[in-house]
Amino acid sequence: MTPALVEALGRIVGPRWVRHRAAERATYAADGLPTHESLPGLVVLPGTREEVAAVLRLLHLLGLPFVARGAGTGLSGGALAGMDAVLITLTRLHRILAIHPGQRRAVVEPGVINTRLSEAAAPSGLQYVPDPSSQSACTIGGNVAENAGGPHCLKYGVTTNHVTALDVILPDGQLARLGSPHGEPWGPDLVGLFVGSEGMFGVAVEITVRLEPVPRMIRTIFSDFMELRSASEAVTAILASGVVPAALEMMDQSCIRAVEASIYATGARTDAAAVLLAELDGSPEAVAADAVVVEALLAANGARSVASATDPAARARLWQGRKKAFGALGRIAPDLAVQDAVVPRSALPAILDQVATIRDRYQLAISNVFHAGDGNLHPCISFDRRGPGQSERVAQASREIMEACLAAGGSMTGEHGVGSDKREYMPQAFSPATLDLMCEVRRVFDPDARANPGKVFPIHTCREWHRSNAL
Amino acid sequence: MSNTVAERLTRLLGPEGVERDPRGLPRAVPESDDALVLVCQAALDEGWKIRIEGNGTWLPADAPADLALSTRGLTRIISLSPADLVATVQAGVTMEALRAALLPHRLWLAVDPPGRPDRTIGSVVATGTAGPLRHGFGPVRDQILGCTVVTGDGRLVAAGGRVVKNVAGYDLTKLHAGGFGAFGVITDLHLRLRAQPAVDLTLLAQGARLDLLDAGRRAMASAVSTIALELLSPTLAATPDWTLAVRLSGTAEGVAAETTRLGAETGIRWEAATAERAATLWNLVARAPLGGGIVIRLGTPADGLEPLLDILLAHLGEGLLAAGITSGAVRWAGEVDAPRLRALRLLLATREVPLTLERAPWPVRRSIGHFGAYREGVGPLVGRLRDTFDPRQSIAVALEGLGE
Repeated sequence: MTPALVEALGRIVGPRWVRHRAAERATYAADGLPTHESLPGLVVLPGTREEVAAVLRLLHLLGLPFVARGAGTGLSGGALAGMDAVLITLTRLHRILAIHPGQRRAVVEPGVINTRLSEAAAPSGLQYVPDPSSQSACTIGGNVAENAGGPHCLKYGVTTNHVTALDVILPDGQLARLGSPHGEPWGPDLVGLFVGSEGMFGVAVEITVRLEPVPRMIRTIFSDFMELRSASEAVTAILASGVVPAALEMMDQSCIRAVEASIYATGARTDAAAVLLAELDGSPEAVAADAVVVEALLAANGARSVASATDPAARARLWQGRKKAFGALGRIAPDLAVQDAVVPRSALPAILDQVATIRDRYQLAISNVFHAGDGNLHPCISFDRRGPGQSERVAQASREIMEACLAAGGSMTGEHGVGSDKREYMPQAFSPATLDLMCEVRRVFDPDARANPGKVFPIHTCREWHRSNAL
Repeated sequence: MSNTVAERLTRLLGPEGVERDPRGLPRAVPESDDALVLVCQAALDEGWKIRIEGNGTWLPADAPADLALSTRGLTRIISLSPADLVATVQAGVTMEALRAALLPHRLWLAVDPPGRPDRTIGSVVATGTAGPLRHGFGPVRDQILGCTVVTGDGRLVAAGGRVVKNVAGYDLTKLHAGGFGAFGVITDLHLRLRAQPAVDLTLLAQGARLDLLDAGRRAMASAVSTIALELLSPTLAATPDWTLAVRLSGTAEGVAAETTRLGAETGIRWEAATAERAATLWNLVARAPLGGGIVIRLGTPADGLEPLLDILLAHLGEGLLAAGITSGAVRWAGEVDAPRLRALRLLLATREVPLTLERAPWPVRRSIGHFGAYREGVGPLVGRLRDTFDPRQSIAVALEGLGE
């Protein structure tokens, strides 16, 4: 990157918001994915949407690639930029522009941290529902790029179900206003298309989201099982009963033990094969009635013990193991690879058996934390990348887990995205015709393929890329 | 011309795969995705225009074309997995066939679209026509986990999948849900199902429009848990006054408590409908739009409903009108000409309210389009997407109007 570019960007955003020294750029060389690193050519931190547009216009004129980044908590290496690219960090665009209680919606800038929005909406009795594990750090803009999920998406849906409009700066610096403030599509559903496009269609600079009423009553039900399979069957039985829990989360024995051996210990019994957390919300009467149904189904499916709570402190204690699972797992080995895959719920018991087989074959420590209600698994592989052959074994095991999930009719990612991490699996999940079409759609928004280059698609599979390279 | 088309189609599909529509136009009725691909590829080769049809019960089958391509031969329920709450169905499955297949498993699809029960699921998804349940479960696209589509240039592509959470690749399904076929013909759909609740109760209140709007807003503010909260015009509900219809679902205890709370919070008198009366009413809401030649939908913020209804009543009259209190989605059916609709669309656009033309005769669709008066920067994107999915404009669809 040339000094002239540094200077030109500095004129747009102010010199202090352009980071060009190697030590400064190193801060941005990784995101939440521990296995990938990439030093960006330059880092720029615009402070307003006008500055974002001006930066993108400049990069368009110069034909330079760029990567938009929020808090960098993503788990697929989606926010990594190479030496030839400018990293645009959006954390300075952190204003909540409006909260409209009467319309149950809010308008935010992309750098607003997920939990901050719910905190701001709370006085109006409203909340922003999608709650990824990183919610105290991740940004809504990043959530939009990745179509982030979270435990409470079982009942309320993921990010795409909560975004109604987007102001987007396209890679050529032009503004496009997608959707309508109130959620009725204005033309074809470009908001739905943009959410989850992993930063490859442009930069969202203003995001309108739906807010939901804070439930009047929440009950958390903690249960443990001596067999993983019976816990899975309890999940299926609960969902078939017509009760829609706000969340249905599971942890396996390895995970329970990691938590209990950590400072987050909850006193859970470590001989249990699985812990199942169900959360019910709604009116007090509905929650009480649903709790009777759920507790009966837990017992019928072999739960050893059932504990439940409605007051916030007691609920937090029941949730603690689940919420701190990643933290606890992070302590048992220097490195933790958190995988993300989805299977049809009924395939959960079989896929967990397969994960165990893969774990044994590669002699790895794999713990399972998952959104059981959604069939969304997070096998967590604890390892030490300095150990001989460890990284290779982790990569191999991850690949096999992914293939098993795809073979079971599932998806290679439920909420983390493809990013840099899973590009290579795309041809297993999609036909060449579908991959080609996706690449063509990308070019509708970004004809030069400069936005977040090299992500999602393995380069050699995309005819479109060949065409562009031949030009 | 039509004989040449019919002959080539017959060679591709066999005689049983080719019909004639009432006006003598050849109608291809493929019974597989692959056969449908052949039809689209032939149309591309020959430069034929295709009119996409389901059962022909919703959009008038009147777009000028060289052939009709109907999904009515695609009637298989490919798989139904009660444990996963997912079904995969072909696009020509009717809403009533789907309902009948799900009933024994105590499952349902939370979509109550306007139109007849023999409307195809493909038509409902392609036009994105939700009903009052949108309030509780979101728009049609929220019930679709994935789809298979044949693009205008004959490519068979799949999007999404059979799982409820999926972020692999771009979410192309969203483009097809409510795209009016402009991006291809939907052949298969993965549907998100729900378990039937123990109790599904409808409450009704009659009164003046403004009083009911006010009650609806209070119901919304109180966060009473409802799955539909719909204001119905007298003509639509066939009642002397306006109707506010609420649907509650859940356990008996939960619904009973919410019913009490609703009465207290809204301060109006609610009458619980019998199951039969409720079925009749919601059936009426679904069928009423067929009583008007033109059907439009609008989206407004909940607190903008009152001024929007004022505008609508002033410009188009009361018509057959249903308005979701919380979703702000308004459907109006009646008679109105294209110039007045265009003027209304432009007026509403200044208030950030989109007007979508859901159903109209071809001349009106051609004149003003299903969509129009886009917000900044959207038009070129839609145009390029259309070029990507249907490069030779094989599909006859008036996404945007062509003017007079």
